[in-house]
Amino acid sequence: MTEPAAPARDGEPPGAGSAGERVAAIEAVDVSRTYQLDGVSVEALRGVSLTVQPGDYVALVGPSGSGKSTLMHLLGGLDRPTGGRLVIGGRDVNTLSPPEMAALRNETIGFVFQAFHLLPRTSAVENVALPLVYRGVSARQRRERAAAMLGRVGLGHRLDHRPNQMSGGEQQRVAIARALVTEPTVLLADEPTGNLDSVTGAAVLELLERLNAESGVALVMVTHDQEVAARAARRITMRDGVVVADSATDAHDRPLSVDHGRPETLVPAPSAEPRSVSGSGPGHPSGGSGGAAGATGRLPREVDADGPGVDRPAGAA
Amino acid sequence: MRVAEAWRVALDALRANRLRSSLTMLGVIIGVASVVLLVAIGTGTKQQVEQQVEGLGSNLLLVVPGKIEVGTAPVVSPLTLKDVDAVSRVVGDPQRVAVTVASGATARAGARSDFTTVQGVLETTPTVFTRSLARGRYLTGTDVDTSRRVAVLGDSVARTLFPDRDPLGQQVTLAGVRFRVIGVFAPLGQSLGVDRDDEVHVPVTAAQRLWGTQRVDGIAVKAPDRERIDELGERIVAELNRRHPDTEFSAVTQQQILGVLGDILGVLTGVLAAIAGISLLVGGVGVSNIMLVSVRERTREIGLRKAVGARPRDIGVQFLLEAVLLTTIGGLTGMALGVGTALLVDALSPIPAAITWWSLALAFGVSAAVGIVFGVVPAQRAGRLDPVVALRAE
Repeated sequence: MTEPAAPARDGEPPGAGSAGERVAAIEAVDVSRTYQLDGVSVEALRGVSLTVQPGDYVALVGPSGSGKSTLMHLLGGLDRPTGGRLVIGGRDVNTLSPPEMAALRNETIGFVFQAFHLLPRTSAVENVALPLVYRGVSARQRRERAAAMLGRVGLGHRLDHRPNQMSGGEQQRVAIARALVTEPTVLLADEPTGNLDSVTGAAVLELLERLNAESGVALVMVTHDQEVAARAARRITMRDGVVVADSATDAHDRPLSVDHGRPETLVPAPSAEPRSVSGSGPGHPSGGSGGAAGATGRLPREVDADGPGVDRPAGAA
Repeated sequence: MRVAEAWRVALDALRANRLRSSLTMLGVIIGVASVVLLVAIGTGTKQQVEQQVEGLGSNLLLVVPGKIEVGTAPVVSPLTLKDVDAVSRVVGDPQRVAVTVASGATARAGARSDFTTVQGVLETTPTVFTRSLARGRYLTGTDVDTSRRVAVLGDSVARTLFPDRDPLGQQVTLAGVRFRVIGVFAPLGQSLGVDRDDEVHVPVTAAQRLWGTQRVDGIAVKAPDRERIDELGERIVAELNRRHPDTEFSAVTQQQILGVLGDILGVLTGVLAAIAGISLLVGGVGVSNIMLVSVRERTREIGLRKAVGARPRDIGVQFLLEAVLLTTIGGLTGMALGVGTALLVDALSPIPAAITWWSLALAFGVSAAVGIVFGVVPAQRAGRLDPVVALRAE
C-alpha cells in the first residue's frame, strides 16, 4: 500500500469530493445489535462507531465471539442494527425496506467468504455474473463483464470451469471477481484465506491488496491471522462487542495528524496500543460498568466524520 | 433477465435432482392422468348415449301417462288401443304411431330359458323407430289384427335360446304360451350397461291377451316435421286429456330426453373427476413437501444470492417457478398418460372414452394452479430467509 486511496467513486453524491473531503463509504455511529435467543437478549454489539472511507484497507480482528462477524454483517447491509445509526453508501439502513437493502448490497458491497460460497454446477463466468443478474444487466453484457473481471483476477483461461474443477485458490479468486464485478465501494472479506494453505492464501491476499490499490475499493477483512492483519493499513480490534482499538482513530491523537488521519499513509503498521478506543459514540448503557483497565478513550479535537467522540470505557467485560 | 435467471435456476434444480423430481411429479402425473381418463370415459359414455337416443329414429315424440320428472312414481296407464286410434287421427297417419305394452317374462325353447322383456307392439315399430332385422320378417298388420302368436327375437335372446340352431320357424314359450319365431333383430349393443338386445316383440293384441289386459303403456309418434313437433305433442296430450280427464300425460322429444340424460351423466362425470382430483391434491402436497426440502437444502445458496443483491421476491419467484415447473411437467406427462390410457380403453374395452380439448386445458391449468398454490408457502419461506442465518447454514 503505497498509493493513497482512489478518489471518490461514481455513485456517490456529486460534490462530495470537494476540498479533498470524501463521503464515507460506511459510517456507523454507536451501532448496537441485540439478538433474542429463546427469550434471552444477547448483545453482540454494544455501541460501535467507525467509518470506512473509500480506498481504506482495514483488518478487523478480535477473538471469537467478539462481534466481528456481526459487525461485518451490519457493514455489508445483510443485517440491521438494533440501535445507533448505520449509513452505507449515503443511505441510512434503518430507513430501507428489504428490497432496498438488497439493491444497496448489490450496488455498494462485495462479499468474499471463507467458504467461497460459489454456486455448484455453475461455471466460473456465470458465478461471477450472478450479481449482475439482479441488477438487470443483459446476458451478453454480463458475460463480457464477468469475463473481464475473471481476467483481472488471473482466471481469464478458466471461464467455463465449474467450482469442482478448480482449486481452492482459484475458487476464491472467482469469488473475489464476483464481489468486484459490480464495482462496489466496499469489499467485505470474511476470513478470505481461512480455507486456503499459506502459499495460496498469500496469493489471494496479494490479489485483494492489488485490487484495493488499483480500483480504490475499500477492503475490510475479518481475520484471525496476525500476519495478515499486520499487512493492513488500518486495524480495528474488537472484544466483547465493542471496538477496543482502531489504528485510524488512534492516529487522531498523534500531534502531527491534521485531518482524519489517512491510515494508508500515516499508519504504516498497526502499532497503536491495542486498548485504545475508537473515540466514538456515547457509551452503551450496559457497557459503562466502570473503568476497566486501560480506559483510555480520548476526545478527538474535532467532531468529524468519525462521529462525536465521547469517552467510553474499553474492554468492558 | 431476472425471470430468465429464475427459469434457468429452476430447470437446473430439477435436473440436479432427477429422481426426486420424477417421484414428486409422479403424484401429479397420476392425478392428472386419472382426471383426464375419467373425464374421457364420462364424455365417451355421454356421446354414446346421445348417439343411441338419436339412433332411435328422428323426430320422435314419446307420449306416456304421468309426468316425466325425477322422483315421480310411474302411473298405471289408462291408455288402450282406442286411445291409440284417437292419437292416430290427431297425427293423421297411423303408420307414424307405435305403441308398447311391456312386461318381464320367461322365454323358453326346449331346455333353454331366458328371462327377458316381452313387448307388445304394432307393425309400425320399424317405421317409427330405427330397427333393422338380421333374419326373417317383422310383424304385419294382419299379425296384429288377428292376435297371431308370432315373435321377433332380440339378438341376445336368439343367441341364448338357439345357440346352435336357426331360430326362424322355431317355437318359443312366453309366459307359458307358445309363439312362433318369424324374425331376429340385428344387434344394437349395450347402453349404460343395459343389454338392448334382450327383448322379444309380439303383436300388441297377443301380448294383451297373454297378460289379460287392455292397457297400452306408451305411445310413440314420428312427427312429420321437426318444427311442429312440440305443437303436435300438445295436441296429442290435449286429446288424451279430453279422453282421460283424471290422468296427466306427457309428450317428450328426443331433445328433452337427451337433456335429462346429459345432465345426469354430466353430474356423474363431475363426481368422478372430483374424486380423481383428490389424488391431484395429494400430489400437490408432495410438491409442497419437496419444495420445503429444496429450500432447506439450498439455504446457503439463498443466502449468497441475497448477499449479492437478490430481493426477497427474486428468491420467491425462483422457487415458485420450480414448483410450477414440477407440476406442469408432471401435468403434461399425466395428460399424455391419460390420453393414451383413454384411447386404449376405448379401443380394447366396451367402455367408450372420448378426449375433449376442454378437459386437457383444464388438467393443465389445474396442475399449474397446484404448483402455484403448493409452491407459495415454500417460496415465501425462501424469500424471507435472513441472509445472515442462511449464509451460516450447513
